[in-house]
Amino acid sequence: MADLFDKFEGLTNLRNTLVFEKTDPYKIVMEDVISPTEAIIDGKHTILAGTNNYMGLTFDQRCIDAAQNALTMSGTGTTGSRVLNGTYAAHRELEAAIADLYCMEHAMVFSTGFLANLGMISALAGKNDIIMIDADSHASIYDGCGLSDATITRFRHNDAADLDKRLGRLNAGRRVLVIVEGLYSMLGDKAPLADIVAACKKHDAYLMVDEAHSLGPYGANGQGVAAADGVLDQVDFIVGTFSKSVGTVGGFCASNHPDFEILRLASRPYMFSASLPPSVVASATAAIKIIKEDRTPQQNLWRNAKQLHAGLTEMGFQLGADCSPVIAVLIDDRDVAVRSWEQLLDEGIYVNLALPPATPQNTNLLRCSLSAAHTPDQIDQILAAFDKVKNSNSVNQS
Amino acid sequence: MTSVSTLLDAIIKLLEPFNSKSITISGDTSFAHDLELDSLAVMDFVAEMEDHFDIMIPLNILPDLENVGQIVAAVEKIVEQAHG
Repeated sequence: MADLFDKFEGLTNLRNTLVFEKTDPYKIVMEDVISPTEAIIDGKHTILAGTNNYMGLTFDQRCIDAAQNALTMSGTGTTGSRVLNGTYAAHRELEAAIADLYCMEHAMVFSTGFLANLGMISALAGKNDIIMIDADSHASIYDGCGLSDATITRFRHNDAADLDKRLGRLNAGRRVLVIVEGLYSMLGDKAPLADIVAACKKHDAYLMVDEAHSLGPYGANGQGVAAADGVLDQVDFIVGTFSKSVGTVGGFCASNHPDFEILRLASRPYMFSASLPPSVVASATAAIKIIKEDRTPQQNLWRNAKQLHAGLTEMGFQLGADCSPVIAVLIDDRDVAVRSWEQLLDEGIYVNLALPPATPQNTNLLRCSLSAAHTPDQIDQILAAFDKVKNSNSVNQS
Repeated sequence: MTSVSTLLDAIIKLLEPFNSKSITISGDTSFAHDLELDSLAVMDFVAEMEDHFDIMIPLNILPDLENVGQIVAAVEKIVEQAHG
């Protein structure tokens, strides 16, 4: 009999060609999480250098207090979607805090960052519309496109001239939504937003920027790359997540469009998901306030990023991009990448192993993400582990 | 108007960089089975065709295009619509 799982044969085979000795990324269990930067993995004290916890707020006392208070006062969950019984005063306060952060009129909160992209893209782009996305877009952007009825097309990654050319090919009069990310999560490369904004303005296209990895690290108030590049007021839709710098889970969209509120009755992923629990809403609101007002985490994060980027560069590793809170070490040989990842873990350093097809240009990556909560000593330990790995493997050098 | 055989030749030429097994490409050549292109390579190939013919090929139509002949037919249609 035909098996529904037959289609996974290729994936299973690919999975089986990865040769791990003791452990592999799919078996990693955080047995005890000690702090934003340390956990016990397989009984061993490990420095976490791949958790997207950029601001290090997961154990911040202000966020924990807010969450605990909300848990006690409002219970464990809302048991309903935003359009039924799931809108509490706190959900509105969180949306007001996000709108305030981005100096925009409206904000809508979703139950995950993935849902924010699904919900916004599928609601905004209809049958006669065109969506043009950066080729290296996150899975949630691709799937949001898939959920819409629009015509989907791509432009070359971070190439504003290519975007301009492709927008020019379209028939005048078609409504176009361009979607990019502020900081790309795999290689840690930043979008040239000023040029992308210019191309969108030239062709009358709407622009959505996903600041999932850049909320926190970039901008004078941590809003992201659009603010850092001085073009925030020219972006039509900012999308983001609470699961990275904000330290919890959830997603959002902020916009100045006068009719934005109608999306609450048109976005199915918004309407048919249970709303975020009060404790999550409370810690997110507290974290957004910290990101906006306290520059210390942002400064510490960049100090750490610079230390790691400079150290790895000095060792001769080939890195994915200029310094950012995401630092990807490119390894030519997949088996060397797999072995190096395991050796780093053995040295007490957790990073992300990222392999094709999840990576751009078929690269094998040892992907590090920094946190404001890392100490300079921890960065030294990460560097020492990479140095050991380099010396025990014929890791390619630039 | 471009003839189908010229289109086929042009598309085969654009496919060559993706033909890692150096097989002989014809209209019946399948992307998944014969050329063993993964989804990323298919999309890069689409970008090459878009630039060569100065057209837009929606990602939406890709799941239905399994072999080179089907791509040629789709591109022919789009080129006619775009450039008359």
